[in-house]
Amino acid sequence: MQTGYFELIISCIFVNNILLAQFLGNCPFLGTSKKMETAVGMAMAVVFVLVLSGAITWVVYTFILVPFDLVYLRTISFILVIAALVQFVEMFLKKSIPALYAGLGIFLPLITTNCAVLGVCVLNIDKGMDFLHSLVASVAYALGYGLALILFAGLRERILLARVPKPLQDTSIGLITAGMIALAFFAFQGMV
Amino acid sequence: MVTSILFLLLLGAICGLLLGFASKIFYVYEDPRIVKVELLLAGANCGGCGFAGCSAAAQAIVNDAAPANACILIGKENISAIAGMMGTEAGVAEPMKSYNNCDGGNRAADRYRYSGLNTCSAVAALFGGKRECAVGCLGFGDCAQACKFNAIHLGAGGYPVVHKEKCVGCGACETACPKSILEVRTVSHRLLHLNAVDDALAPCTQTCPAEIDIPRYINHIRNGDFEAAVNTIREKNPLLLACGRVCPHPCESFCRRGIADEPVSINQLKRFVADMEMNSGKRLPIDRAPDTGKRVAVIGGGPAGLSCAYFLRRAGHHPEIFEAMPKLGGMLRYGIPEYRLPKKVLDWEIEGILHLGVKNHTNARLGVDFDFGSLIASGFDAVFFSIGAWNDANLRIPGEDLDGCFTGINFLARIGNGEKIPIGRRVAVIGGGNTAIDCCRTLIRQGVDKVYLVYRRTRQEMPANEVEITAALNEGIEFLFLSAPNRVMGNDEKQVIGLEYLKMELGEPDSSGRLRPLPVKGSETVLDVDMVITAIGQSPLLDFRGKGDRLDGLAITRWNTFDVDPATCQTNVPYIFAAGDSATGPALVVDAIGGGRKAARSIDLFLKGKPVIPQPEAIFNKHIPGTIFESVDGVVKKKRTQVPELPVASRIHSLDEVALVITEAQARYEANRCLNCCRLCYNKESGV
Repeated sequence: MQTGYFELIISCIFVNNILLAQFLGNCPFLGTSKKMETAVGMAMAVVFVLVLSGAITWVVYTFILVPFDLVYLRTISFILVIAALVQFVEMFLKKSIPALYAGLGIFLPLITTNCAVLGVCVLNIDKGMDFLHSLVASVAYALGYGLALILFAGLRERILLARVPKPLQDTSIGLITAGMIALAFFAFQGMV
Repeated sequence: MVTSILFLLLLGAICGLLLGFASKIFYVYEDPRIVKVELLLAGANCGGCGFAGCSAAAQAIVNDAAPANACILIGKENISAIAGMMGTEAGVAEPMKSYNNCDGGNRAADRYRYSGLNTCSAVAALFGGKRECAVGCLGFGDCAQACKFNAIHLGAGGYPVVHKEKCVGCGACETACPKSILEVRTVSHRLLHLNAVDDALAPCTQTCPAEIDIPRYINHIRNGDFEAAVNTIREKNPLLLACGRVCPHPCESFCRRGIADEPVSINQLKRFVADMEMNSGKRLPIDRAPDTGKRVAVIGGGPAGLSCAYFLRRAGHHPEIFEAMPKLGGMLRYGIPEYRLPKKVLDWEIEGILHLGVKNHTNARLGVDFDFGSLIASGFDAVFFSIGAWNDANLRIPGEDLDGCFTGINFLARIGNGEKIPIGRRVAVIGGGNTAIDCCRTLIRQGVDKVYLVYRRTRQEMPANEVEITAALNEGIEFLFLSAPNRVMGNDEKQVIGLEYLKMELGEPDSSGRLRPLPVKGSETVLDVDMVITAIGQSPLLDFRGKGDRLDGLAITRWNTFDVDPATCQTNVPYIFAAGDSATGPALVVDAIGGGRKAARSIDLFLKGKPVIPQPEAIFNKHIPGTIFESVDGVVKKKRTQVPELPVASRIHSLDEVALVITEAQARYEANRCLNCCRLCYNKESGV
């Protein structure tokens, strides 16, 4: 099953948005969306990590797990690989590109074990994509994540200024809003 | 089973090895103190310090971006351990405290009816708040909510009140406030902050060259808290006794009450609290920042030098004053006569500044007793010039060198120094400034028969203070306006026997905007005098230059003053700063005090290795647009308190101080006349 790249991108950003259609990676979605600044930082870090782990886990799966008949160890080895990779990348950035390191800040190590990251890697494998397709899908998923997060942060900044009944303030109204954006994103269903 | 275990072990080993190597290859040097400091922090990642987590705070402390007591959760022991590690003395870090800048509260009118969420951030998002005032408190208490230590509550007027004892200086309130009502600052930061566009400034405070928070100290007087009033003045002006006596109070010209009524007698209130402190016999404690070990040479112990030394000392530096004359005080001592500023009052005030730990060397003239090279060699980190303007201008008329001719500052300084000068019976003083008036009034007290003041323009153009002119007239000094000296006449013994002058008439306005006086032909008149004093302007005496190579490159303006950046007081030689008359030309005492503080700010930046740049948005006594009103309503007229004076008949025979201090009841009455203005709002009915 190999779709065209354009359809793949539209599908991953909108139709199968990792946050709003697949409901993966919800904790940072609620945790880092209070301020636009942190939301942007988080979105950047997700793009960075997702693309890298999407590529490396595909390689690990195809060239190690499958030939040695160890497919049942997929989840645990993916977690290990992603965690090590992020740590490695962090060290690399700190040494080589300190500006980017400072920009991503605390979010880089935070998302080592983000379920959205693991989820995308697993989804790519499940759909049987080749390397290039899984890479494009990872980028698109990450962009979709960023889109949803930044949209949501913008809304939450405005909600702060609105009159919200006491029991619904803060996280409650956040969850309700998230649900409504998810409903809105359902409108993309069937496009691809 | 075995395969999977082996596989996972292998994968783990590979990852581990990879990371191990990576940590070797990509090793970045970090100050080992960062880790040690982090271990001493609370580890709660609460953000109370204003940094993103404890490791960021530790990094900031090690990089000197935060004080040793940045963490709000740890105890004294850990703070002193950190301070010790950072090489500073234990427990010396300057505490941060929250200050409220707006006490107008609900006074400002609303621009619209707001019915949204009851938080400051919500209302601020709607056109910057509902109040007319762009900088004022919004009054929903986001700060009180943000404070984790219950140190803030909203006061009666609807503005935040900070409990100083409970405040730990965490900065949460400042972050929460969408305006800049609450500022968490160290003492030295507050001392060296220049008035800025977005500060809450009343018209008087905008005008004051020393930038004193006038409504705040008057409010303290109203509440009977005279010590707080003195401390408020001392944040910006260390010479309150002197200024309370001699300041021509430019602030009062912009007093908002003055638009509908007479202005508040601001300077008399300053003098009242200053005298209160002096007469109480004990000095109020003055807090200062921990010692920095940096030394600054202050050349010239006049108002600018004293002010700069005072602020540098309060910021923790070590200024040393070098004064050419036998005593400190500069023009305050040698230019202002005893009857306006008694020497014992000045001595008491200067002693207070020296008590802070300011060293001083008197009778030490630069270029004679020591030279600039030796100063630098003895380890000063910066030099501040405040040598004043002691060089009298000459008239350039014949006969100026006859016996009986004097120049203004020279004459006053010699009198001030207690020298005996042969004084004539009939004296002409030439000039229309304060120095000329001071000469006249001093001469009257020396028992001369007649004093003429010869000025080439009219009374309107006289630069002297109005109060001084009136006092001089009352004391019987005769003013000859529109008269320009032509020559000094002498006898065979080279003694002055008269002054010939020309009558003038006013022509077109000149570059200073004043009407240009033109001589009337054939109007020569002779004044029968035996002494002539010229007081027509002063400039700095720069004859110490050229003796050391280091000063050759120092830029000097064509008015013979130091060429400084007016916003920073820095000269073209980075470690040399200058302010006061020697940088601005002759000006007010209060200008010199403000200049000294401005220079202290720049020197502080310089000593801390920061770039010496002007403070952004500083107003430098320009008025904030829209804050100077045409009319003021809601003011009930109340008479301004008159300054009590010694009667003319008795005062002209002694050097006793002429102006007296107002009583406590008068001070309270006068303080109640203050409208407690801010930018736009004021107390409409000030009550009694």
